[in-house]
Amino acid sequence: MDAATFSFTVDGVEVEAIEGQSVIEACDAAGIYIPRLCHHPDLEPSGNCRVCTCKINGRNGAACVTPAARGMAIENATPQLTDDRRAIIEMLFVEGNHPCPYCVASGDCELQALGYRLGMVAPTQPYQWPGRKIDATHPDIYLDHDRCILCSRCIRASRMEDGKSVFGFEGRGIAMRLNVDAEGGLGETQMAAIDKAASVCPVACIVIKRDSYRVPNGSRRFDTAPIGSDIEAKRKVRQS
Amino acid sequence: MSSEPSAAIDGFIQAVGADRTRLLDIVEQVQHRFGYVGDDSVQAIAKGLGIHAVEVEDMVSFYSFFDREPRGQFRIRLSKTPISFMKGAKAVARAFEQALGIAVGQTSPDGRFTLEWTSDIGMADQEPAALVDRMVLTALTPGDVPAIVAALRKRGHEGDRPPFQLHPSEGAMLPKATVRPSLVHPGALLLGPRDRDAGTRAALARTPDQVIEEISKSKLRGRGGAGFPTGMKWRLTRKAVGKDHYVVCNADEGEPGTFKDRVLLSEFPDLVFDGMTVAGYALGARHGLVYLRGEYAYMWEALQEVLTNRRDLGLLGNGICGREGFDFDIRIQLGAGAYMCGEESSLLESLEGKRGAPRDRPPFPTERGYLQQPTAIDNVETFACAARIVEKGAAWFSGYGTKESTGTKLMSVSGDCAHPGVYEVPFGITVNELLDMVGATDVRYVQVSGPSGQSVAPKDFGRRIAYEDLSTGGSTMIFGPGRDVLDIALQFSDFFVDESCGWCAPCRVGTTLLKQGMEKVVAGRATLADLAQMEALGNTVMRMSRCGLGQMAPNPILSTMRNFPELYEARLAPTLFTPRVTLHDALREAVAVQGREPAAEEA
Repeated sequence: MDAATFSFTVDGVEVEAIEGQSVIEACDAAGIYIPRLCHHPDLEPSGNCRVCTCKINGRNGAACVTPAARGMAIENATPQLTDDRRAIIEMLFVEGNHPCPYCVASGDCELQALGYRLGMVAPTQPYQWPGRKIDATHPDIYLDHDRCILCSRCIRASRMEDGKSVFGFEGRGIAMRLNVDAEGGLGETQMAAIDKAASVCPVACIVIKRDSYRVPNGSRRFDTAPIGSDIEAKRKVRQS
Repeated sequence: MSSEPSAAIDGFIQAVGADRTRLLDIVEQVQHRFGYVGDDSVQAIAKGLGIHAVEVEDMVSFYSFFDREPRGQFRIRLSKTPISFMKGAKAVARAFEQALGIAVGQTSPDGRFTLEWTSDIGMADQEPAALVDRMVLTALTPGDVPAIVAALRKRGHEGDRPPFQLHPSEGAMLPKATVRPSLVHPGALLLGPRDRDAGTRAALARTPDQVIEEISKSKLRGRGGAGFPTGMKWRLTRKAVGKDHYVVCNADEGEPGTFKDRVLLSEFPDLVFDGMTVAGYALGARHGLVYLRGEYAYMWEALQEVLTNRRDLGLLGNGICGREGFDFDIRIQLGAGAYMCGEESSLLESLEGKRGAPRDRPPFPTERGYLQQPTAIDNVETFACAARIVEKGAAWFSGYGTKESTGTKLMSVSGDCAHPGVYEVPFGITVNELLDMVGATDVRYVQVSGPSGQSVAPKDFGRRIAYEDLSTGGSTMIFGPGRDVLDIALQFSDFFVDESCGWCAPCRVGTTLLKQGMEKVVAGRATLADLAQMEALGNTVMRMSRCGLGQMAPNPILSTMRNFPELYEARLAPTLFTPRVTLHDALREAVAVQGREPAAEEA
């Protein structure tokens, strides 16, 4: 082990990390899945969803924004954290409108997939029925704001990857919304369907038009394997 | 937009050197000048700063005191807190509604008045209080309202009023436009005459390291409530490598029930600025910033005057007190109505002209704070203490208080007591002793450290105000026997809904769900299962939220559940399940559409 690498433990399992990695990056590389929603491997972390919260040296912290450090003792898959993560997923389900059975993203939706993975049966909290407007002004993309979970992936992708700043937040608290960089809607922005920002949405808020059922229901990403399986597969390879 | 407003906006932008981090100042000027920040203004600001309109909107839409749509020329904002309600704010609101012919939340058809509720404005000892633009009205009664409205009607709108300036005559013409001095009981920190540069001069007689050593020896801890050792914070900041070091004074006291920083800034501003200058010397900082909550804009002129005087006396600026190389000055940044910005990392974001969303730590502000430079952020009272410590010595300071909580604490006392106001007491005082001091004889419970603190029942009145027991930023709200504990918990829950920044999911959604749960309790419709669910939800929000606001937001519910379980039980519905929405509410739209009531439910 050279100077820039070190190790820490997750649920008692030793994980090797490189200086500069976040906890979630190190765990991803090691094949240990920490549930997450707003984190995206290609984007700067922003800590919006808090689903990746772990107990790090006895204190809760989001794994996506916590730098890995030598000797950390991390709890990840504990019943308490699973309950708390499921509770957050439920909150997001009731904050927006997420009718999985007829949603275009079903089977490819990270919110839905986390619901399954974390054992959500039906939300126990009351639906908030937001009733936000769909923005269909763009020729190739529509925005279904009722699906938005305010993860900020598109905001970060548009700013950092596309260099466009098409998206931003608007308002605060429960009234916070995704906003676009034009009064007339997405169609008046610089947004293009090939932008990174168009491909990072974990739910069906940013949807490419005329493309939704190319992969039929039943054979989509999470129809075939639970979310996180790809990461966990790395560990199995390493162990074998 | 015509060229005139556009030229004005360009002027605001140039005045801050087209610096994107000064967006808050630019937007404040636009709001003040035009009464709102419209689409054209957003475009003009974005163009002038070379940023995207969506970035401007992101920031503008975050703050309560900025409007994207035109509102009334006069903004009447009534303070909405359990204390103001106890003192009659609802009756005052009704009087305003009657006098203006509008409901709270509306703008009068002639465009002259907007009437709104706002979160606590720091006047808990003289409620009901209100803001009219930047003016503060206190101790209002319904009888005052007609004269206030008449005086405002008589007054034309001065579209080009210079920013933040209050004409003395403006206040004088309005009834109740005075803030009563609130200091009832000064102690060691505030008693006696004092040279305005006593701290700075004492500091200059030492090396910066010795100053930090003295602060460390005094065991001074942060007065905002978190209690971080100030000496350690200063040492970390001094040691951190950066292009510049910054001293930031957190004067965003937004915790309902607190107003002691208002007292310090209005009655002891030199003590605070002296403390900041001491910090500037100790940290090797050249820049000091005061983040003043928007509700305290009425102090703007007076504080600027104090700063000017200090510059004239050589206590700010270059070569302070004749010491070559000791250059330090202070700028005041006005906030715009966001409780969130009292959290130090949100405050930094706001100072940089962004929405006040908290940062994840590490890195800590001591390492990368304002503009990513090493920054010491301290509470107003902490700076006042620091000035006194270097002046009178660590031993003098630690002679007061307890072993772990040295010195004195300013307590903002309000509610059911004879003498509300600010009390300087030594740490270690019991709740009972404090209640005796303030003339509170019959007390149902005390809310210590505001809604984010805890409700303390009589069985715990022997507990002590100290970091090691009842830790507090100073807010002390006293509720007498007739007060409805659960309704107050609901109001506090509502406060967190209004003030949650929205960045993280558990706080953004959880605060709303908790409030809805509490509404069901107060309505007498909650069941035992609802209580269990609310408690579980509260614990999740506490454990999973990103910053202190979310982590504390469930406290009003969780701590009253712990201390007053019998009150919850007494309100329970005697059934296993009741739907959250009543049939009547569920059918409201249909009833409106059809114009008839449904057939009566069968018994």
